[in-house]
Amino acid sequence: MIEQTSQTMLTGDFEPLEDLGRLQTKAWIVGAIGVLGLLTGYFLHSDNPGQFYLPYLVAWLMLVCVSMGVFVISMLGNVTNGDWVVMIRPVSEASGRTLPFVFLAGLPVALGLPYLYEWVTANVTDPSLETYDSLTAYKSYWLSTDPGSMFGGVYVRAVIYFAIWSFLAYRLSAISRRYNSDGDPADRERLKKWSAGGMVIYVLTGTLASVDWIMAVDPHWFSSLYGFAWVGGQALAGFCVCAVAMSWLKDRQPFKRVVSKKLFHDYGKLILAFTVLWAYFAFSQFLIIWSGNLPEEITWYLVRSEHGFKELSVFVVLGHFVIPFAILLSANLKKKPKLLAGVAVWILLMRWLDFYWMIVPSHHHHFEGGHVWPGWLDLAALMGLLGIWVALTIGQFKGRKALPIQEPLFKELVSHGR
Amino acid sequence: MAESTPRASLYGLMAEFADAQTLLDAVHRAQAEGYDVMDAFTPFPVEAVSEAIEHHKPSKVPLLVLIGGLAGASLAFLGQWWVAAVDYPLNIGGRPYFSWPAFVPPAFEVTILFASFAAVFGMFILNGLPQPYHPVFNVKSFERASQDRCFLVIESKDPKFDPQATREFLAGLGSEEVHDVDW
Repeated sequence: MIEQTSQTMLTGDFEPLEDLGRLQTKAWIVGAIGVLGLLTGYFLHSDNPGQFYLPYLVAWLMLVCVSMGVFVISMLGNVTNGDWVVMIRPVSEASGRTLPFVFLAGLPVALGLPYLYEWVTANVTDPSLETYDSLTAYKSYWLSTDPGSMFGGVYVRAVIYFAIWSFLAYRLSAISRRYNSDGDPADRERLKKWSAGGMVIYVLTGTLASVDWIMAVDPHWFSSLYGFAWVGGQALAGFCVCAVAMSWLKDRQPFKRVVSKKLFHDYGKLILAFTVLWAYFAFSQFLIIWSGNLPEEITWYLVRSEHGFKELSVFVVLGHFVIPFAILLSANLKKKPKLLAGVAVWILLMRWLDFYWMIVPSHHHHFEGGHVWPGWLDLAALMGLLGIWVALTIGQFKGRKALPIQEPLFKELVSHGR
Repeated sequence: MAESTPRASLYGLMAEFADAQTLLDAVHRAQAEGYDVMDAFTPFPVEAVSEAIEHHKPSKVPLLVLIGGLAGASLAFLGQWWVAAVDYPLNIGGRPYFSWPAFVPPAFEVTILFASFAAVFGMFILNGLPQPYHPVFNVKSFERASQDRCFLVIESKDPKFDPQATREFLAGLGSEEVHDVDW
């Protein structure tokens, strides 16, 4: 009986393809609505472009978080040989191949840089000027837009990060595609080696990117574990997307034959672990700064406990950690795909709110009486970017084998699963 | 060998299987038949089998772990609050006596400690270990449970247990042999 199952699914092609097409159309529609909202916001706020660029930056950081997060899942799985990765690898690699789009979607952020990061326009390095700021001046070798500066400036570095990440994604996809058709064990080894090196490069470049894009919003503030919080947050988002994607795929062939409750239990456990990891990073950072109570560090948290942001901070703690943690403790819930997917969507929204919480309060002095909670433009930006990303990822997923049929781990799952 | 009269000294009947899949099918069949008090033995962990057995009798360990964790967290917070704010208040850097952020790391540690204790000791209490004597070892071929055979025992205290009918039922499940398990 087991032999028969593996015989009938050796092609590994997705069916019915129309379902995938319908989902893609829905994603395009959500994306189009979001883009319309963004265009409206752009012209509405033409007198104060910061009001437009801020929501866009938050949404774009979320886009980087999910696209990289989903892609990194396959590298992590290739290195650790986890069987939870086998089913999701094609989705993960499809997400990796959308990274050039993520880069292009960052162009508006590059245009809005003067409105998003104060040090871009203010002359902070000249001691005779009123705008002089010794802390920011000290960091100006890194926080610079000039391609000729010591570290290339933020524009050049962004190009380098995306070049590295996209290269890794396409390289791994190419090896994986060949492996899925030939099943050469040497390619499996190659996948593992590229992933191992890729993980190291990813964590290093990801840390630098988090400094460039988030911490640079408030150059006075510093936290040495911020890079880990960024990387861990991406992995959390990645696992959440995997759980949602798999809860949809499992009702369709060829997944229907092979996906077991155990797989969702695994995703649930990983999501729980990374939720705790997020809380661990967030709290460690807070505890260290709270204990030190130094003026240049503590202001970051003071801003987030004043100006109406206190409720937002408490909500992020409850919504991003306490509630999902309490829910995910249940082993039964983790085995129920629809419920797990629901929790995963909630955590993804909280990931986005976390970016909002990190960026927007630092800009509170720019728009007095501005809103504390995300508004319609924040939602439009999120819908626009993520809608298009989902549609593109589905497009990439459609063109390849939906299951890695040559994978020994996969064959094992087929015979032991169910 | 076949016994028609019920024996007071019979612990149960043990079916011997050549592989885990046959055992798993047997567990499902026995549960479908209405048997409830049973246990399975395999030379290596088979998740599906323990899940099938547990499905009828969910383990209480998770609940104990939750209670242990909550008890640890509250105890650690209460203890630190009592020491730092009530019994021996010390001014540390001008902070309030009840500075909860500083209490979180110890509270976290104690939560983990109590939850782990609850898991380990709860497991020992619930599964009755250490247990120097168990009737299943009276069956000679049970030695192979740690080598290459899988076993299913239906205990005589099962309401549906009948020495004759249960023996025939077990023999029809693709078992290699059915053994009497004496007390």
